[in-house]
Amino acid sequence: MTTLSLENADRRKAWGFVAPALVWTVAFFVVPFLFMAAMSLWSRQGREIVRAWNLDNYLRFFGENALLKGLTNSLEITLTVTVLSVLLAYPLAWIIAERVPKRFQRTALILAILPFWTSYVVRSYSWLLVLTKNGVINQALLGIGIISEPLEIASTRTATVIGFVHFFVMLLTLTIYANLVQLSPNYRRAAADLGANGLQTFWHVILPLTLPGIMTGAFLTFVLCIGDYITPQILGGNNELVLPQIIMLQIGRRADLPMASALSIVLMLAVTLAYALCARWLKIDRV
Amino acid sequence: MLRHRLSTLLAVIYAAALFGFIFLPVAVLVLFSFQDGRLPVPPFNGFSLQWYEAIFADRKLMAALLNSLIVATASSAVACLLGFMAAYGFARYRLPGSVLQRGLLIAPMTVSYLIIALGLLTVLNTLGIGLSLWTVGIGHVVINLPLCFAIIYSSMGDHHVNIERAARDLGASDWKVMLLVTAPMLMPSILASFFLSVTFSWDEFIIAFLLSRFNVTLPVEIWSLLRSGLNPKTNAIGSVVFLASIALLAILELTLFRKKNTP
Repeated sequence: MTTLSLENADRRKAWGFVAPALVWTVAFFVVPFLFMAAMSLWSRQGREIVRAWNLDNYLRFFGENALLKGLTNSLEITLTVTVLSVLLAYPLAWIIAERVPKRFQRTALILAILPFWTSYVVRSYSWLLVLTKNGVINQALLGIGIISEPLEIASTRTATVIGFVHFFVMLLTLTIYANLVQLSPNYRRAAADLGANGLQTFWHVILPLTLPGIMTGAFLTFVLCIGDYITPQILGGNNELVLPQIIMLQIGRRADLPMASALSIVLMLAVTLAYALCARWLKIDRV
Repeated sequence: MLRHRLSTLLAVIYAAALFGFIFLPVAVLVLFSFQDGRLPVPPFNGFSLQWYEAIFADRKLMAALLNSLIVATASSAVACLLGFMAAYGFARYRLPGSVLQRGLLIAPMTVSYLIIALGLLTVLNTLGIGLSLWTVGIGHVVINLPLCFAIIYSSMGDHHVNIERAARDLGASDWKVMLLVTAPMLMPSILASFFLSVTFSWDEFIIAFLLSRFNVTLPVEIWSLLRSGLNPKTNAIGSVVFLASIALLAILELTLFRKKNTP
């Protein structure tokens, strides 16, 4: 009997430790999320939010071209960014891990991610400075004489992609590097002993071994990219809106929280779908 | 030999090109913050500190900077404290359904900030609660709590248990053990999660934008500066933030993480 009561006392104590965090998460994350999901089934009429339960917002989303285009724009941009970033970051991570002497690797890596520490809003703005009509790129190209008219890069999808790729190349270089240095050199020795040349070793041994790390990084890129509002808003302008921009329009100009909620649920479903598609490669740690 | 040299040359060219790409915007940002003129684009007219004077004279900008510091430190402290207590509870006691509860604590990490912000906005809107720095802070605890919990929980090893048991045998109460024994042992990961939270909160835009009204944080104030188009003032405040973060990073690297490396 004594042990049982002791256990109960222990349990009460344990609850005392974990309850604050749980209560916070439930009150400010779970409840708001469920409320938002409920609100996506309501509608806005005038300034009022009418609690009539129906799927109108979702039907409107799939019926209205401008809204549906937001999702396809988002997906196209995000996939382009993810693929480009992986392709650009992998060789850099490889060079740092394989070609840079051991004692300079940490410095090279810190340098490669240094611009991380500019503020996020400012980073997109500095790309605007670089890409704008009279910006550095255009003036340099005009100066050399490669082009005769300034390129219109700012306020296009290209600018959005460049801004995103810049950010995610840094992130992926970090994660892929971490993966590469974890590999035991024995794999490579074994491959060489069995007669594989450098390219074969890379293709059949190194790449498959680093694939889970790449996929984790790519998934992270996908999630952060598809949910971002800043970069497309600053660099892409208002030409080809992505889903987060449309959500922000619903919240701000149109004060249509139910529609914004429905679009957010769509955004979340897209992320969930991406997770389901690459779940078999992911090794997101079971905390 | 020749092939090796060729591949080294290619590697150098590739690395140089990518480092150029990575540093181009930052270099342009900092360079044109010293622009002697109204536009932060070439040609560079000469060196001037007028835009730095302008930002330090800008009351709204300085107020936003202070707001950001307050929100970042306060919300990170709360996230750290809640995360540490939860990590302690889960690591030292057996709770029914603890896998599910830990999953719940981590869950906000998997959801876009935009969605977290919108969820809170719909609730606050319906309850008629006004937006303020408090609501921004609540949002920032939501995004940083999973991070703090995960970092601290993963660093809680079994080898600490014996020391805690010894303290308890010597008559320390549970809270005393936690605060005077466990917390100091875990200080590196507690500080790491605190500073990581600070940088996330400090740089966070969408939650701060949607959940604040009159008193705003720095990213939101910079955002409203952007509406006036390209402006060397934005370069100046951007450079200041960049240099401050680098300085903080350098201090952390030299103090906190250096210690961990030397035995």
